[in-house]
Amino acid sequence: MTEPVRDPHAIDGKFPAPESMAQIVVIGAGPAGLAAALDCARAGAQVLLVDENPVSASLMADDAPLYFGQRMTGAVQTKARMIEQVFAANPGLEEAFELGIDVALGAYAWGGFLNGEGVRALPGPVVGLADEDHSWMVGFERLIVASGARDLALGFPGWDQPGVMGANGLHALLTTYDAFAGRRIVILGSGDLALSTALLALARGLEVGAIVETRDAPQGSADLTAQAAAAGLEILTGHVIARAEGGINGVERVWLAPVAGGADRVIDCDTVCLAIGLVPAIELLDVLGAKLALDRGRGGHVPVLTEEVRTSRPEVFVAGDVAGLGLSVDAAKAQGRMAARAALESLGIAATPATPSNTTVPAPADALAYQTDWVRALLRQGDGSVIVCQCEEVTREALLAVRQPAYLGPPSNSMGVRDLRSLAIDGPINQDQIKRLTRACMGVCQARRCREQVALTLAVAADVPVETIPLAGYRAPVRPLPLKVLAAWDEAAAMSSGWDVWFGIPTQWTPYADIGTDREGRHAEILGGDMHL
Amino acid sequence: MTGSSKNGASVVVVGGGVTGLSAAWWLARSGVDVLVLDKGVVGWEASGRNGGGASHYQSPLFHEEQRLWPQMDELLGYSTEYRRERLIVAITPTQLRHYQYMADMHGELGYRVDKLDACQIREAVPLAGENALGGIHVFFGGHANPQRTVQAYAWALQDLGGRILQHAPATRLVSEGGKVRAVETPRGTFSCDALVVAAGPQSGQLLEPLGVRLPLAPARAEMIVTEPAPLMAVGGVDGNGLYGRQTLRGNLAYGGGPHEWMDVGPTGPVARPSTPLLRNLAKRVAELLPKAAHLRVIRSWAGVVENTPDGRPVIDRLTSPENVTVATMSGVGFGLSPATGHAIRDLVLDGVCSFADLAKLSLARFADLPQNWRDARGWTPAS
Repeated sequence: MTEPVRDPHAIDGKFPAPESMAQIVVIGAGPAGLAAALDCARAGAQVLLVDENPVSASLMADDAPLYFGQRMTGAVQTKARMIEQVFAANPGLEEAFELGIDVALGAYAWGGFLNGEGVRALPGPVVGLADEDHSWMVGFERLIVASGARDLALGFPGWDQPGVMGANGLHALLTTYDAFAGRRIVILGSGDLALSTALLALARGLEVGAIVETRDAPQGSADLTAQAAAAGLEILTGHVIARAEGGINGVERVWLAPVAGGADRVIDCDTVCLAIGLVPAIELLDVLGAKLALDRGRGGHVPVLTEEVRTSRPEVFVAGDVAGLGLSVDAAKAQGRMAARAALESLGIAATPATPSNTTVPAPADALAYQTDWVRALLRQGDGSVIVCQCEEVTREALLAVRQPAYLGPPSNSMGVRDLRSLAIDGPINQDQIKRLTRACMGVCQARRCREQVALTLAVAADVPVETIPLAGYRAPVRPLPLKVLAAWDEAAAMSSGWDVWFGIPTQWTPYADIGTDREGRHAEILGGDMHL
Repeated sequence: MTGSSKNGASVVVVGGGVTGLSAAWWLARSGVDVLVLDKGVVGWEASGRNGGGASHYQSPLFHEEQRLWPQMDELLGYSTEYRRERLIVAITPTQLRHYQYMADMHGELGYRVDKLDACQIREAVPLAGENALGGIHVFFGGHANPQRTVQAYAWALQDLGGRILQHAPATRLVSEGGKVRAVETPRGTFSCDALVVAAGPQSGQLLEPLGVRLPLAPARAEMIVTEPAPLMAVGGVDGNGLYGRQTLRGNLAYGGGPHEWMDVGPTGPVARPSTPLLRNLAKRVAELLPKAAHLRVIRSWAGVVENTPDGRPVIDRLTSPENVTVATMSGVGFGLSPATGHAIRDLVLDGVCSFADLAKLSLARFADLPQNWRDARGWTPAS
């Protein structure tokens, strides 16, 4: 029997084996990921624990992975100091080292790849990692994604300046980094996220200028609301931020407007913290091809779980906020241990029985209804010139007119009559389609500051449930990393020798008049398939 | 023609990619009642995911492609972001030899191409580096924005009264008396006097029950894009084993390298994953444009394209069923689309292309192709 013929320019066989292998890779060393990694190691598995902290100052400046709002102190420029600080802030890392876990700090997990629909050529499951200098691939048998949550950004007049940031960004700068540059904060939202942020700020000696709630009543739990009241914090219900103004260093004061109408309050502050909600950090799961669904009670798009903590990709498990918001720290740790047990058992490794603990979430609130209320209130502040997508400078008006970007000049007459309504006549609203036309969500922040806000704005404007708008997809690399860092400088020989600009089919490029003549063979002989233009 | 009732059209086009939309637009310009059926959103497959090149010297439609592109914004009434010219940068002696050979081929077709030495190419391409050995400056061709162009065709078609029905995958062609009379979809059955099949990888499966064998092998190809760089005077820069361009926004968008053969079901690709190939693309972009090596990659993506056995398009009015015109562009559909649409319009209405000889693109050339042609070439999915 003869060997099957293979196309020399096809991708199979061209990927090298990954630089290293780990039986279980855990992404994220927060409470859930750390608990998972520790349990896996205790059971004798070979574990790689990846955490991107401390992230580089340049990523922070792009509001990746959290919405840092340029409120970092200069300390974040010093990587060595930041590594010390990350250790100090996360004592569990010490235990991880002691257990023999391979801990990669300051390592970005920018992609995860599995054979499946549309790809069968990978040498096995791999994650792509990078630091500030280079990237590498790590093979795995099981992956536990505990990537947490990122900030939900919602725009208002003046939000596109330094000093406007997210609650998780603020938490990270106050705790993980101890490098927050602000002094006086106005907090948007009054749920537990907002109240715990306010209490943390007070504990760190900061001032809280106001807590703003657009609904008529505070949204937090009784416990935290009582703590806030005891700390002298007042919740300004029925209000919305009307605008923020400032100077070269960003926010200096904000105007807060009663929803029902009336006089604005002006409050001095250097920081506006968006604490209306968080977004499960599902980027890697989407790239891995795990099935996702919008879940109002779990905070947005979350993985569809086949078993308690297993995604639709059997090699991939989840724990913590990425699996759905609402867990306490203890519950997140317990879920991490569940993920460890499930991953270990799937590998045939006996796991220490977990102490029973309650990972049930208290009756979930409809996070999207709350976010939508805020979007409606914010859309009444300011006009169409308010920016929605900061990277690409797309305004509300441009988004809803589905207008071409400014670099193309004024729209043609035909273009002028096209808008969201005319597009909606042709089919359900699709955020990725509108992204391609307006460039909203196409910038270097990789839509961290605008993905949800654009979806909610489109849903409100078109009066459709946000569920009808498909998730604007995530693609690798899920962190914006330089070409020279991502580059495979040590490319495999098979990749180099099999490379062709297009398909490497010489007959494809024969000038039409030459087809069937002697010249056809000569072109192919001299050029091979390298004739693409 | 009789098919102008609401449940049909004189001409039904299956496939709302660039080829189908351009054909429909050309037909609508001739006053024909036309309906485009798409399985999802217009331009969602390879039509909206490619490099945007518009320089297909090998095609019989080349001269028409070159004639039309500079007019397309005005003809369509919407921006395509088309820009003329290309600069091809060589960083190895072999690349330089290849590009110069290509330049001679273009010259023979009557188009201006300048051969540039190392100094000239570095001057012409500000992001190139000391490793650039030379290159060619092509004064024809160019590039456009695929996503914007697809929507421009769709809207221009609607402006002329043409109709598009999205989320309406063609499931069956209903034939009678040697003609296709209707197209079945989950959203209804649509009658037609004439049919255009431009359904990409799905075209073969759609035609098969009619006894028409259109040999196609689908494959997945990948691209990456960076954050914006300062605009270069000519954005159509590639080379070093890459195709792509600097967009008018400034982003560097490049693809190339090995493809993955796959099978695609009648409803199209289920997923379009990208792979660690993005690292190999990043390497080649950093080599091609060293002064851009610090730019951050912000996305990668993949598209699924179909290839014929010789890599050349099939653009053909069938003899049976005689009211069917088939177009598959074998991986180079975007740039040629203005001309392809014109050719399809001619075939549908007049039975013959008015401006080019398409004989070598007929389906008949594959009549004797063995059934196992994909295996014989190794154009099959990895096991």
